[in-house]
Amino acid sequence: MFEALAGRLEQTFSRLRGRGKLTPENIRETLREVRRALLEADVHYAVARDFVRDVEQRAIGAEVLRSLTPGQQLIKAVHDALVELLGGQTAQLAHSHEIPTRLVLVGLQGSGKTTTAAKVAALVKKRGRIPLLAAGDVRRPAAIDQLQRLGVQTGVQVHAEPGEADAAAVASRGWDQARRAGVDYYIVDTAGRLQIDEEMMQELERVCAAVRPHQILLVVDGLTGQEAVAVSEAFHRRLALGGAILTKMEGDARGGAALSIRAATGVPILFVGTGEGLGAIEPFHPPGMASRILGMGDVLALAERAQGAVDLEEAEALRRRLERDEFNLEHFLRQMKEVRKMGPLEEVLKLIPGLGGKLAQVPIDGRDMARVEAIVLSMTPGERRRPEILNGSRRKRVARGSGTTVQEVNRLLRDFAEMRRMFGRMRKGGKLPGLLRGR
Amino acid sequence: MGSFWKKIADGMKKTRAVFTANLQQVFQRGGALDEAFYEELEEVLLTADVGVETTQALLERMKALARERGVSEAAEARELMRAAAAEVLARASAAGPRAAAASTNAAAGAGAAAAATNAAAAAEPRVILVVGVNGVGKTTSIGKLAWRQTRQGLKTLVVAADTYRAAALEQLAVWAERAGADLIRSQSGADAAAVAYDGVRAAMSRGAQVVIVDTAGRLQTNRNLMAELTKIHRVLGKALPGAPHEVLLVLDATVGQNALSQVASFREAAAVDGILLAKLDGSARGGVILAIADRLGTPVRYVGLGEGIEDLADFDADDFARALLEPLGAGGE
Ligand SMILES: Nc1nc2c(ncn2[C@@H]2O[C@H](COP(=O)(O)OP(=O)(O)OP(=O)(O)O)[C@@H](O)[C@H]2O)c(=O)[nH]1
Ligand SMILES: [Mg+2]
Repeated sequence: MFEALAGRLEQTFSRLRGRGKLTPENIRETLREVRRALLEADVHYAVARDFVRDVEQRAIGAEVLRSLTPGQQLIKAVHDALVELLGGQTAQLAHSHEIPTRLVLVGLQGSGKTTTAAKVAALVKKRGRIPLLAAGDVRRPAAIDQLQRLGVQTGVQVHAEPGEADAAAVASRGWDQARRAGVDYYIVDTAGRLQIDEEMMQELERVCAAVRPHQILLVVDGLTGQEAVAVSEAFHRRLALGGAILTKMEGDARGGAALSIRAATGVPILFVGTGEGLGAIEPFHPPGMASRILGMGDVLALAERAQGAVDLEEAEALRRRLERDEFNLEHFLRQMKEVRKMGPLEEVLKLIPGLGGKLAQVPIDGRDMARVEAIVLSMTPGERRRPEILNGSRRKRVARGSGTTVQEVNRLLRDFAEMRRMFGRMRKGGKLPGLLRGR
Repeated sequence: MGSFWKKIADGMKKTRAVFTANLQQVFQRGGALDEAFYEELEEVLLTADVGVETTQALLERMKALARERGVSEAAEARELMRAAAAEVLARASAAGPRAAAASTNAAAGAGAAAAATNAAAAAEPRVILVVGVNGVGKTTSIGKLAWRQTRQGLKTLVVAADTYRAAALEQLAVWAERAGADLIRSQSGADAAAVAYDGVRAAMSRGAQVVIVDTAGRLQTNRNLMAELTKIHRVLGKALPGAPHEVLLVLDATVGQNALSQVASFREAAAVDGILLAKLDGSARGGVILAIADRLGTPVRYVGLGEGIEDLADFDADDFARALLEPLGAGGE
């Protein structure tokens, strides 16, 4: 699914290629694909629509930077706007001067509150502070047991009152205990509830009134669809959320919920949960999230790196050669040097959509690169321009000259021929990777 | 800085308030089935998680139906929409791997009765394997399913093959007791497949008629855990040839497009043949099951409607399609 999306964007962009200016027309066309990408990533309908509208307004009339194609520029604008929307200011876990800092975790059933509570406690502990957990889920069977076990696993104390049905009372007595024990953080787990369940929402208000938390954290399942808006709005309205944590993000969810929550409530995303282990919690990273939501892999990281490394004229010349099918080993050598400036080859290749998957399996490392370079350098200029004249005896000479074997020379020539064929196919399909498309 | 999201947030609130009213107006003023109307309908479907592709397919189908039936009034569109959605869902249940025969639909009677006769004749239990990602509602749903069986006088046994999550066993034990079902347990950390195997063998020796196997939640992208599931599935067949007789994937009604990836992967790993859509008592409408039916052909068998033991219903395509358009009728009719 990812690949298809990247491919569609590539197609749209290729239509923009070569145009000096962004017209309202081609902006709209590209943004239609962006909107679709957002929707497929589970960004809320209204958020996607308004977002696209806003970017459109910004883009029309914008000057085209010399260094980018119009398409790249537009997608960069989309990405920048997404990053801005996802997290203008960097958000932190609350830390109050009053001891203990009190946190309450809230959310729907099954969003991952209990595990996340233990993860946050482990994190706090790792930062050298002492946490205390409270088992405020008095409803779900065995929820108290679960938190107690997690407490043992992380070496964090848990305040629990099995049998007590009043969550607010548990939370309040837990605070007393936290004060007596002199801990730095007091973290309250609560039962999952639907935001439309009035009785349960009132219970939550009572818990928060009893604990007077410094930060109320909404735990949201990263697999959530359009509902993320209704959920976060409702909890925010009742409780004034201080942050959100997105769980189950180690999978293939595109995580559009992050954008929906942020847009609907303005509440910052603090962390993402990335596994079942209690250490699997990471600070939220807006640029990475933006790329993930757009489903573009790290195209942008590549574009940025390429921007810094590639000689623009050189790249443009390469593109022309590829289009005319004049790519030879001499160009290959030069191109390889360019690519090497961007970082380890495997990394760079992985970043190219459509290519990454296939080439990722080919074990190419820096050492290989050096040998390849040596082989090409041992050829005469004539051989580099027309590799097909390399017969058996010439190959032997090249192998000797480069300190490699004939097999290696053969393999390089095979790979090169394959690469040329691949470019040929991509050229026909209008799908030359953006990197090679000139800028 | 900061003002950007605010602008979007404000705009969104407005449009969302206006949007329901708009649609009602569209229906009430009895306007034509024009592009503007379809656009608003598109919005309803997309906000119900139906997904871009299936939404387009549904709208196309609606337009075709409108032509066929000579409908041009927006007021009649609701029926068209319901028909189009029901078609997609019906196709899936017809295409479902072991559709009719494997259904445990107790309310329909046939499935359970057949299971009962079958069990009585062969003294072999019917084995149901329940799978899904973390926290979707597997264990709770098993409590409800077990209750359905015991209420009909079927001797039921639940197997705690979630040997990973802390206190998973205790949770299932509570539900087993509530449902009046037996529980097969083992220490946490034990091999899940071994527990599943022992469970079915125990059920056979105790003469149980239905066995329901709970499994640990897992993300479909985790290869090792998916391989474990395949193993559980295989081992059940070793314990009792033909088992599991039904594999249910539990989905959370709030899930978005990732559900497609879930269905595809769980189907591959554990031959899922039906979906249990849990938590449909919230405000999420679970529209992604339309995309699943449309694109993958996996049918929905049950819906979970609350945290109580009786809060489980058979899936009804017509009801579902109607509820999908609920906001249209809100306040109206
Ligand atoms: N409102 C509502 N809540 C439900 C429903 N089904 C399950 N839940 C709740 O969802 C939460 C998670 O349910 P579990 O049954 O523990 O989910 P699970 O899939 O077994 O979770 P893991 O074993 O941790 O993967 C619990 O709080 C349940 O009470 C439902 O139909 N409606
Ligand atoms: Mg469970």
